[in-house]
Amino acid sequence: MEQVLFALVTIIVGVFGCVAYFYLSNLALDSIYPPRGPNAGRNILRSSAIRPWLFLGPSIILLSLYLVYPVFNSIWLSFHDASGDRFVGVDNFAWMVGDDKFAESMRNNILWLIVVPAVSTFIGLIAAAITDRISWGNFAKSMIFMPMAISFIGAAVIWKFIYDYRGEGTTEIGLLNSIAASFGMSPQAWLTLPIWNSLFLMTVLIWIQTGFAMVILSAALRGIPEETIEASVLDGASPLQIFFKIKVPQIWGTIAVVWTTITILVLKVFDIVLAMTNGQWGSQVLANLMFDWMFRANDYGRASTVALVIMVMVTPIMVWNIHNARKEMN
Amino acid sequence: MENMAGTRARLVWVVNLSAVALVLLWIIPTIGLLVSSFRDRDQIASSGWWNALFPAEQSTFIRSALPETQIEEDGVFVISGNLFEGQESQGEFVAFGVNSRNPNAFEPGDEAPMSKGRTLTLLPNGDYRLTSPEPHVGSRGVRIFVTLIEPARFTLDNYKQVIFAEGIGQSFLNTFAVTIPATIIPILVAAFAAYALAWMQFPGRAILIAVVVGLLVVPLQLALIPLLRFHNNIGIGKEYIGIWMAHTGFGLPLAVYLLRNYIAGLPREIIESARVDGATDFEIFRRIVLPLSYPALASFAIFQFLWVWNDLLVATIFLGNNEQQLVMTGRLRELLGSRGGDWEILASSAFVSIIVPILVFFAMQKFLVRGLLAGSVKGG
Repeated sequence: MEQVLFALVTIIVGVFGCVAYFYLSNLALDSIYPPRGPNAGRNILRSSAIRPWLFLGPSIILLSLYLVYPVFNSIWLSFHDASGDRFVGVDNFAWMVGDDKFAESMRNNILWLIVVPAVSTFIGLIAAAITDRISWGNFAKSMIFMPMAISFIGAAVIWKFIYDYRGEGTTEIGLLNSIAASFGMSPQAWLTLPIWNSLFLMTVLIWIQTGFAMVILSAALRGIPEETIEASVLDGASPLQIFFKIKVPQIWGTIAVVWTTITILVLKVFDIVLAMTNGQWGSQVLANLMFDWMFRANDYGRASTVALVIMVMVTPIMVWNIHNARKEMN
Repeated sequence: MENMAGTRARLVWVVNLSAVALVLLWIIPTIGLLVSSFRDRDQIASSGWWNALFPAEQSTFIRSALPETQIEEDGVFVISGNLFEGQESQGEFVAFGVNSRNPNAFEPGDEAPMSKGRTLTLLPNGDYRLTSPEPHVGSRGVRIFVTLIEPARFTLDNYKQVIFAEGIGQSFLNTFAVTIPATIIPILVAAFAAYALAWMQFPGRAILIAVVVGLLVVPLQLALIPLLRFHNNIGIGKEYIGIWMAHTGFGLPLAVYLLRNYIAGLPREIIESARVDGATDFEIFRRIVLPLSYPALASFAIFQFLWVWNDLLVATIFLGNNEQQLVMTGRLRELLGSRGGDWEILASSAFVSIIVPILVFFAMQKFLVRGLLAGSVKGG
């Protein structure tokens, strides 16, 4: 109970602190440069040059400290040893290039990058097309969308139960083994089969992300102008033709956004791997490798180097996003 | 024309059936764990959850009452009672036997002959009668081999156990203590920044917006080590205040981006006319922009709530794993390690941690969808 009270007090202090900061700083600005009386015009100009920075101040400080500074600090750390004190040049990078686990993580991450965004987006597109045509579509959407609310670790528990393996001579209670049995296969410890286990882990993320793709793509599909579809119906196009040749080409932009959003998420995937295999049996990924070096080995240099690789991999998407955002504003 | 109508009807069927298949595929994993969380330990281990709703046939042996309970009736020594006495299970017996070689030899109601002139009868409801011309000896009851059909059995014991004995209850409170401030603080901070970026004129505005868009995708992994070192240096390494700040920092780019997009879309006339009437920016923000931005604020609040509640990484790094600080995701991870095969514990723990975000999700789905659309479609 104690920390709930503590949390309540902090919420009040924090919230009031924020409000007080914004209120008082604005009040102070107004009393230094009163917007009325003599010199009102000059004062308003001056205060409106300062005021944006009062509004932006806390955000700029927090963003710089929590996101901008770490980028540079990580670069610095990657040239230093485990404790971050001694300069070691490119040793960490040299280690990384020759490391087997790193090669395995890269290979798996690339596999994840190919499979998860593609499958999620594709099933999401199909789900959007199907659920938009049925009377109980909203209910169906909710059900497919729901895994988004479940934590990765919760999802890991849910799916580990499906992949469960108990060994020879006992009743298999995992759904996958029971399905395999009905096809005459013997039970398998699925999560220990290299390559396959990565696919089983990807299934979990696909299960979570398909709902996201569906919701976005469904909105895009509904935004397609009716005339194009009516015209193609009149020309005798079949429903499948209409979907793939008329509708999908019109929402390529949205598909790209969904794809890149899921791609970024995939690069950071961590909880699922940690909870289900912890990178054993050839299923390691970059984010979990980084966590290993940081938390278990306490090697900040190598961990930062791995983190930088993730950063480099998201950079093209970052540039593309900024480019798009600027284009839209102009 | 008739042919076309036929095709249409078939298509409607195909679409409906595919939707049913897809929905089933998507909810079955969750349902499996949900059903299991209400089954008891033995049943989870002895049959798949998909059998949970059906009576299960089980073969086992149960011992009769002890020989010391025997009574003499007309020169015959009798031990009698009910096999369910002292057992958790219930159901109906469909076969029984007196040795392990042939455990299904007799049907309930039969009189089964045993060695030394003894006989055993068993009724479907479990009543049995063991007779012998000589007094029964020994320190244990006779083994009776049975096959019984057990009805589906559900229990709340798993939940009681994880909440009160496995520490899930405490973690539940810890998670709230992390989540609520980490949701409210970034909204406040971001709302002001978003207003400034949308409606105030100052040099560098376009660059700042671009920076925010860029920071949206910076991987968390990059920030962990520098920030942990920083937090340790200023003494909030494993404190609640540290994780609130961390979540605020990590959530800000999305908050500023979403809110700016929304606030920039508010009608220009309203804000300009307030300016003409002499309202300061602070008043415009508080009286006009904030109330009108309620849907966007709600959207971001849900994002941030779900993200913080479901986060494992930030909590592992910035909070300790003692009783007072371990959040639910961390506890679940710990249980996966220590109680790996105990699905009754894992299933019910997982559901305690999932239930809050699921409720929030269903209650606020509209805002969540709206936020997603604003966050990604506009970006393209």
